[in-house]
Amino acid sequence: MPVDKPLITATHDGRRQVVAAADRVARSLGLYPGMAVAQAQAVVPGLAILAAEPKGGARALDDLAAWCLRYAPLTAPDRPDGIWIEAAGGAHLFGGEAALLEDLVARLARGGVTARAAIADTPGTAWAVARYAEKPITVVAPSGTADALRHLPIAALRLPEEVITGLARLGFERIDQLMAAPRPALTLRFGPVLMRRLDQAFGHHFEPIEAVSPSETVSSRLTFPEPLLTPEALTAVVGRLTNAVCTELERREEGARQLDLIFERVDRTLQAIRIGTARPSRAPQHLARLLDEQLERVDPGLGIEAMRLAVPLVEPLSFTQPRDGFLVGQKTETDLSVLVDRLINRLGDRRVYRVAPVESDVPERSVRRIGPLSPAADATWPPTLPRPTRLLKPPQPVEALAMLPDHPPAFFVWRRRRHRIRRTDGPERIAGEWWRLDGERRATRDYWQVEDDAGRRFWLYRSGDAVDPATGDLRWFLHGFF
Amino acid sequence: MEPGNATAVVLADLKARIAHVGRPERGGEAVLPFGIPEIDARLPAGGLSLGALHEVAGSGPDIEHGAAAALLVAGVLARLPGPVLWVLERPDLFAPALATAGLHPDRVIYAEAGKPTAVLLSVEESLRHDGLAGVVGELSGHLTLTASRRLQLAAERSGVTCFALRRSRSHDDAQLAEPTAAATRWRVSALPSAPPLANSPGTPGLGRSRWHLELTRCRGGEPASWIVEASDATGRLGLAADTGDRSAPAAWERRRAGG
Repeated sequence: MPVDKPLITATHDGRRQVVAAADRVARSLGLYPGMAVAQAQAVVPGLAILAAEPKGGARALDDLAAWCLRYAPLTAPDRPDGIWIEAAGGAHLFGGEAALLEDLVARLARGGVTARAAIADTPGTAWAVARYAEKPITVVAPSGTADALRHLPIAALRLPEEVITGLARLGFERIDQLMAAPRPALTLRFGPVLMRRLDQAFGHHFEPIEAVSPSETVSSRLTFPEPLLTPEALTAVVGRLTNAVCTELERREEGARQLDLIFERVDRTLQAIRIGTARPSRAPQHLARLLDEQLERVDPGLGIEAMRLAVPLVEPLSFTQPRDGFLVGQKTETDLSVLVDRLINRLGDRRVYRVAPVESDVPERSVRRIGPLSPAADATWPPTLPRPTRLLKPPQPVEALAMLPDHPPAFFVWRRRRHRIRRTDGPERIAGEWWRLDGERRATRDYWQVEDDAGRRFWLYRSGDAVDPATGDLRWFLHGFF
Repeated sequence: MEPGNATAVVLADLKARIAHVGRPERGGEAVLPFGIPEIDARLPAGGLSLGALHEVAGSGPDIEHGAAAALLVAGVLARLPGPVLWVLERPDLFAPALATAGLHPDRVIYAEAGKPTAVLLSVEESLRHDGLAGVVGELSGHLTLTASRRLQLAAERSGVTCFALRRSRSHDDAQLAEPTAAATRWRVSALPSAPPLANSPGTPGLGRSRWHLELTRCRGGEPASWIVEASDATGRLGLAADTGDRSAPAAWERRRAGG
């Protein structure tokens, strides 16, 4: 199916054929869901129409919700076109909420799914902002709910069509108008749904999500006759659950790469924490300790009546892993993976890494982050090239004066301080990598390692080779400190 | 035996006992010598104590970046076996430079902690794992006596050497002179280097960097300072040949150290 041709799916609403969904091109031509198909065909001749498959669509949405479990322990499909993600338990592994959303939308785009996403304090606000905010990715700050909703249209409140048209007839278009209006009169006219949706968006009215749990994952659940409240009780349960899960993993010859611990509170809300491991593991004490460290994120509320430990991500692990303490005094790689796991769960997945050399002359590109426990790259950088200990990102412009074409500068001014240059080494000419960026086609940098009067060493470069103006504008930059 | 001499013996014995109070027995203190007699002689254990906390900072404008300090630490760790954990606040360390001091990239795991408090927690966590050669924590601003004591204790227990690389935005930060539980405190500052060819000063180019290496605080020892050639490709310092021993008078050093 060509992507630049308008496409709609059609369904029957009991009276006539209507548009069920329209793609981006079709929407830009003025087609919208709910419009009569005959009318759409009149507007856009040669429109591609497929029969809507509500069941297939729903199944696909379920699959997508299950796929989203990689981002957070609790997800649910929101028919017809949305997915709930309870992001509270897992965002730290992605380096923050914004980073999580960017990764999510980018991955979906690579799979051909255009998505908009938002994180907010309440599901209602997230729903509204994801669909009606200007930017495709939005993180609503805690307590920023009212500001985020104020200027959105009434339709952002998940209201039935007749309520929206009814409100429009009364002159209500935006949510702030509704916030200021008298509640009893509106409730009398439109029923309780209007104010319930408004309260859900603002978090005055709680709204649970029905989380998906793929049936094939290893999991273990415990229910308690008396609700649990104390951290000690929760820790004890964590120990029992990890033991049960690890026994099952051992039978399957698998190791956990990710664990989700889901808490069912007496007030029907769910809370969840997620941990990740750098290598597949089924060592119960190690996993339990990682979970214990996250327990402080959990608010037990009035009590927790059940806990479920699930393993959404496993990898084959065939040998029998020694239980902790079995091989006393033996220093193995597993020691390091225990530390790496604990740091990752504290700082985030991308914050713990090793660095490997890349064959690139451009200094910023000569390093590449690899996993902290990746196999040894067994390579290093060319030892003869001087490289600074601290690299400035981006390079900072300095004032410098040098004779053309290839003399070092006699001084430079950085942060209003003048450094007289005593000794220099250079130039090292670095050409842009034209195969990466078109703008780099002819860009050239001439690098100098310079030492000032006090003995401090700096890494300076001049953009351009001073012969061909197309290679750079001859400005000087400070790129690092030795 | 003269009375003065006997007192000295008793004092030395007491000092040795006090030094071991509250420390777990590790069967002799492990030490990494610098390999420069002039420096090792001034350190009570004959070198850098392993399984201890050491503070390193730059001076003047380099306090902010600690570029020379990082190279000094990389050189020391290059000469110890095992993986290294380097905890950063922000990712401005350029790995190829550590390799020039002999620290192979495969040996270093970086952890970006973001905040000083998170750096401290991550360093302490890492110090509990005794397979490491060392843990480096880049810390801006304050390091309290309590926090440093926790690091020192964790280092003693596991035998993993810990370096606190102190950084600050201000050039003479008084917080860096406050007392901590570290075994030693070092300050590294750049000095004008010698010409690359000693007998032809007019030849352009850069020789080995030259540092003013100051031991501003040392448990059981006296402050001292040296002029050294920077870490080479195997992580070793060299004593600057043309300057000799430049150990400064102790009284002057103490004043500079703020102690």
